[in-house]
Amino acid sequence: MTSAGLPAALELIDVVKEYPGLPPVRALDGVSVRIDPGELLAIVGPSGSGKSTMLNVMGTLDLPTSGSVQIDGREVSNFSERKLSAVRSHLIGFVFQSFFLLDGITAVDNVANGLLYSGVSSRIRRQRAAAALETVGLSHRLNHVPNQMSGGERQRVAIARAIVNEPSIILADEPTGNLDTASSETVMGLLRDLNDAGSTIVVITHDKDVAAALPRQVAFRDGRVELDSALAGAR
Amino acid sequence: MTAILDTEQTQKASATPPTKLPPSRLLLIDVLSVGSSGLRSRKMRTALSALGIMIGIAAMVGVLGLSESSQADLRKQIEALGTNLLTVSPGSGFGGGDGVLPEEAAAKISRIGPVEITADVVTLEQSVLRNNLVNANETSGLSVVAADENLLSTLNGALSAGIWLDEATAATPNVVLGSVAAERHGIIDVSGGIQLYIGDEWFTVIGILEPFPLAADLDRSVLIGQPVASELFEVELNPSIVYVRTDPSFVDDVRAVLPATADPATPEEVEASRPSELLETQNAIEDSFTNLFLGLGAVSLLVGGVGIANVMVIAVIERRNEIGLRRALGATRAHIRRQFLTESLLLSLIGGIGGVALGIFVTWIYARSQGWDVVVPTLAVVGGMVAALAIGGVAGLYPAMRAARLAPTEALRAA
Ligand SMILES: Nc1ncnc2c1ncn2[C@@H]1O[C@H](COP(=O)(O)OP(=O)(O)OP(=O)(O)O)[C@@H](O)[C@H]1O
Ligand SMILES: [Mg+2]
Repeated sequence: MTSAGLPAALELIDVVKEYPGLPPVRALDGVSVRIDPGELLAIVGPSGSGKSTMLNVMGTLDLPTSGSVQIDGREVSNFSERKLSAVRSHLIGFVFQSFFLLDGITAVDNVANGLLYSGVSSRIRRQRAAAALETVGLSHRLNHVPNQMSGGERQRVAIARAIVNEPSIILADEPTGNLDTASSETVMGLLRDLNDAGSTIVVITHDKDVAAALPRQVAFRDGRVELDSALAGAR
Repeated sequence: MTAILDTEQTQKASATPPTKLPPSRLLLIDVLSVGSSGLRSRKMRTALSALGIMIGIAAMVGVLGLSESSQADLRKQIEALGTNLLTVSPGSGFGGGDGVLPEEAAAKISRIGPVEITADVVTLEQSVLRNNLVNANETSGLSVVAADENLLSTLNGALSAGIWLDEATAATPNVVLGSVAAERHGIIDVSGGIQLYIGDEWFTVIGILEPFPLAADLDRSVLIGQPVASELFEVELNPSIVYVRTDPSFVDDVRAVLPATADPATPEEVEASRPSELLETQNAIEDSFTNLFLGLGAVSLLVGGVGIANVMVIAVIERRNEIGLRRALGATRAHIRRQFLTESLLLSLIGGIGGVALGIFVTWIYARSQGWDVVVPTLAVVGGMVAALAIGGVAGLYPAMRAARLAPTEALRAA
């Protein structure tokens, strides 16, 4: 299904991830997924089916036991720790269910941290952070600390942090999991806007409506891809 | 929306072949701000955990500062006294009784070649009263001394008021007061022709002395001339003590011959000593106290270091999520290690600076109360800071390694 020789934004080929134990847990059991630039897809599946594990492998937070992980045309499964950090610093933006904003610092500083490890000066980091906050519609909250913000606002700050380094791909693990319906809709709307503007985005979600509203769904079960709407459509 | 996203798209189109990724980088100034962020957001804990180091460093700086200050003071005294001053006094002989120096001892001693000047004083059994109505038993513990006119120059003494005894004033009932004696009688100047009742005679106060370095006995005395003493009180002038100033290069030689010269009949009953040596001994005694307190300071430093290590271990556990987030944002293990090491170093630096300041403050207060010049040894300050940083480094090493070793996925798991 390679689409016209264009490199994938991210591609997993036959990825296996085992956690040691007796017997070992096979969290990913031969997963192959190709994500093209500009895609927006939902990862769905029951609890424990391997969604987060796959996202961690995609984001190089974890290495596969076997198989190939390519990000932006780079084979990263044999990268050193340092090179993996560089990949995360430049190519990947993460959004987490529980935001992981730092409590003591303002929204703009939290967002600027997205560029902290790329060697950019603090003045430029803050400039770009302010721009990213504008993108997520939080220009009026630059100097608020997380405690002064609603859950939805916090998640939008986290999204601003994920896009501030202009990554090749944004990986979001249940970004609406801690939010009420209204906030969820705002956040998903924001992700769609970002996608319309060209961002490649992977969203794990438990919410069937959220998933159905996205262009592509990949369903997991027991560490395997049970259904990939892109492949089903091609058939 | 946005410039950011447009550039993103163009980047992606040109992504074949992949360009080499620049490594993750944390600017030096950011190491400092990241390393201090944990401290800034938990100020109370920061202050408390820096306290241990602070107390330890303060103890060491304070002890060293006080010992330096007191030694500087002693050195000053020794200098004022001169190392070429010797004293001769009747020691206790074999019989146990107090020996007596011959009247002509001082004269004989001054005939020794390298001796520059001598002066003797004779302690008299008289009482000093402000007037003749007070009971003679109610004296103020001041002694009456018949002093040689040379005494002031021999001891490098100075007057705070009035004049010293000369040939004329020593022959008539005049008295010069030691500094403590003057204070006891509330006499601060000699203009009024103040009279003191000594023995059963009236004496006129003509001078007041500055304190003598290490001759507290003289400070508590009133001094009259030897001629007038022998005339009015009809006493033999056997010296209680002879002060001898010698050529500095022959101090030991002179000292060796002093007993035989002073009292050829019973030289073994003569004690010849060198006051500057006594001061140096005092110095050595204080040194051993200094060592004891330094030991205590070292113990509290150790305790402070353990405290910092403890706080850092807790910080690493509490901030697992932060560590995971930073790894997700591109931090390498080295960056995480650097962050926590910096935090621990800053913590100990705060303790060190506070400790040095407190140590200097304590030194200042105490030295002032003792009338010493305040001396803060550079070695103590530099050593204190180095010790604090070394402790912070060692204490932070293990927690920092632990933080760095944490796997990102494990660190990101919600607590
Ligand atoms: N560190 C680990 N050690 C051992 N087993 C693990 C570890 N992490 C995950 N697993 C196991 O791997 C499997 C997949 O876990 P994963 O977190 O990917 O599931 P998930 O699809 O994200 O579930 P959820 O919807 O509940 O978040 C589960 O059976 C889980 O218990
Ligand atoms: Mg999950």
